[in-house]
Amino acid sequence: MVTHENGGGHGHHQPPSGFIRKWVFSIDHKVIGIQYLLLALFSVFVGMALSLLMRLHLAWPTAKFAIFHGGQMTPEQYLALMTMHGTIMVFMVLTTAPQSGFGNYFLPIQIGAADMAFPVLNMLSFWTTFVSLVVMICAFLVPGGAPIGGWTSYPPLSALGEIVGPGQGGGETLWIVGLAIFCGASLMGALNFITTLIDLRAKGMTLGRLPLTCWTWFVTAILGLLAFGVLLAACILLLLDRLAGTSFFIPGGLVVTDQVITWHKGGSPLLWQHLFWFFGHPEVYIAILPGMGVASHLLSTFSRKPVFGYRAMVGAICGIGFLGFCVWGHHMFISGMSPYSAFAFSILTMTIGVPSAIKTFNWLGTLWGGKITFNCAMLFALGFVSLFVSGGLSGLFLAQPALDLYLHDGYFVVAHFHLIMGVAAIFGMFAGLYFWFPKMFGRFLNEGVGKVHFWLTFIGVYAIFMPMHFLGLAGNPRRYSEMTAGPFLQQLQPVHVFITYAAFITIGAQLIFLANFLWSVFAGKEAKEENPWHATTLEWSIPSPPPFDNFGGVEPVVYHGPYEFSVPGAADDYIPQHLAPNLVRKA
Amino acid sequence: MPGTIVDDVELIDAGRGGGNPPPAGGDDDGDSSGSRRPVPRRAYFTALQLGLAAIVMFFMALASSYIVRKGLGVDWQSTPLPPVLWFNTAILLASSATIVVARKKLEGGEREAFRSWWWVTTGLGLLFLAGQIIAWRQLAAAGMLLATNPSSSFFYLLTAAHGAHLTGGILALFYVMFRPWSRSRISQSTAAELASIYWHFMDGLWIFLLALLTLGR
Repeated sequence: MVTHENGGGHGHHQPPSGFIRKWVFSIDHKVIGIQYLLLALFSVFVGMALSLLMRLHLAWPTAKFAIFHGGQMTPEQYLALMTMHGTIMVFMVLTTAPQSGFGNYFLPIQIGAADMAFPVLNMLSFWTTFVSLVVMICAFLVPGGAPIGGWTSYPPLSALGEIVGPGQGGGETLWIVGLAIFCGASLMGALNFITTLIDLRAKGMTLGRLPLTCWTWFVTAILGLLAFGVLLAACILLLLDRLAGTSFFIPGGLVVTDQVITWHKGGSPLLWQHLFWFFGHPEVYIAILPGMGVASHLLSTFSRKPVFGYRAMVGAICGIGFLGFCVWGHHMFISGMSPYSAFAFSILTMTIGVPSAIKTFNWLGTLWGGKITFNCAMLFALGFVSLFVSGGLSGLFLAQPALDLYLHDGYFVVAHFHLIMGVAAIFGMFAGLYFWFPKMFGRFLNEGVGKVHFWLTFIGVYAIFMPMHFLGLAGNPRRYSEMTAGPFLQQLQPVHVFITYAAFITIGAQLIFLANFLWSVFAGKEAKEENPWHATTLEWSIPSPPPFDNFGGVEPVVYHGPYEFSVPGAADDYIPQHLAPNLVRKA
Repeated sequence: MPGTIVDDVELIDAGRGGGNPPPAGGDDDGDSSGSRRPVPRRAYFTALQLGLAAIVMFFMALASSYIVRKGLGVDWQSTPLPPVLWFNTAILLASSATIVVARKKLEGGEREAFRSWWWVTTGLGLLFLAGQIIAWRQLAAAGMLLATNPSSSFFYLLTAAHGAHLTGGILALFYVMFRPWSRSRISQSTAAELASIYWHFMDGLWIFLLALLTLGR
């Protein structure tokens, strides 16, 4: 901290010495970015382990496992796994890795800055995020265990405490507190991202020359800034209902486990749903927008063509961000809302199809006629586009209130949001990781192993989530730990078994990735060039890994747009953004 | 070599984007002092505005909850506002005036006068908080507790949330006073300006909340 502030006024700042300041409480945005990525990597494996247990139980409901008391999973344990799987994946993986992880590392470099605007605040946001993860994980350890209310934590079940089930006592309280802490961390991060992008761009880095990755991090940060405050308010209201006896969300006359609730009355569970989804829908775009940026960036780089319709892409990013705040009601079609409101939310929701289609067609336009390199980074970027389309199309079905009434509480929705919000975003992260790995660690990930990883994952996620659409159409409800008691759904059981096998194989493929990651960090092929992909943006103009202050005290100057590939008449098929016009070689 | 340069410039002009001298991007206000510029002064103002936007969203969520919860109706009973609130409001408005005076003194180089007026502002802020606690105690004495009624729940919640944010403002006032500014990235005058913007905002926010609590009772 002192180092930076002393150095601020007099030339570039010095790297810290000592392990703690360099790697633990670091103020270097690159170290913080890696810390976020490691936090997400840990969380994603926790989240996957939880999903595996759920899949085992769904495929073989009567099987016994040693880790459960009495051998068999209870419905409550299933719900606790589901809640924690959703929470950890959404907040600790999908919100942290694409934005706080990659964004932290590469946003300052791509705009030509030495660091984030507020490095100490940056460090604080990471450690606050870490504390929130620890608090949430602690929910497993308290009596009663983890909460069973789902990641949306709807009241009144989330507001009444232990009488509604194990996990709704201390576990749920820890969950809410952890989430509130996470809100604080995200607000600090968002503020830092936006300020950095607005005020720290290098000379020549106009908004029209920003890489699309930066545009998506920018809009994502704006969404976070405006959405997390609302979730924080909702968390406080819910905590007061639980701990202080207020009735914001709890209606009167409830009978819970044969007990009449007399000490609460008059509240509205729907109020929570409005607050939660006013945050929750932008949250979906917080997860997916950075993936869109990475996909655009990589499709252009590895097709050796400019992004098709750069301005339209920027407009679509902003449009998706704006519309994200206007559609929260489509999560509440079955809440008994007025059909007129539902109609408005439905139309607005389907409007998102317009910027989404602009993006998709521009991605295809970028690829069209390009000299495409099918390396791992590009494969994952293409996989992102595929999953975005597959997951997005089902959104148009769910946007119709009449259809949603039937589909809402079934597996169709599980398939939809996993494909678009979960797996597509994860593919965006993998694309980014394979692409930026040489810059971050000075070594390449192994391409051969990476391709095995890609194909197993790509086929695997489709094998998991495509059949879920049919389960949903057939009437299979979600959130239930087993559906074999009656004859109604028994014939669907083989599908569940198939999905579980697919999940095992897909998660096994992630172990291949983990091995590749760990091996490559220490022993991968060295990236000798600064710019092995012949890419254009500023991070490729500096050594790998970059020095402490990124540009060695020299402020870069930007002369070109972010995607000047295959410019007619130029000798090379790419023109780096920082290359002075008189240095561009003629063919 | 010069000939090549001319050719190249033409070549790039034909393409997209490049060739022209770089227009000003996100560079600073021009107070660079060496090789690597410090974070520009205006970044602090950007950050403050963004922070205030987030605070607005937080309080708007609470205010809309207030309106929705009141609209549900059946069990809502108006909470009588303790008269001390009007005194507190006057105190807070006065503190906004004294902080303006303090900043004027700082700009004019009258450091001692600045310190005095800054202390007065801090004192008024603390007095406001004390007054709010008195209001709570009066309400509690009248039997209106946090869980008594949704109206009283919101009263305690909104005043506490505002008080927490104002406490942040008071900490900022102390910070401006005690920080060794010679070693810092910004001047004391800039810090004072930032703190005063936040302070005025807290003032305005309180007026809004008071209006909500009185008119929306």
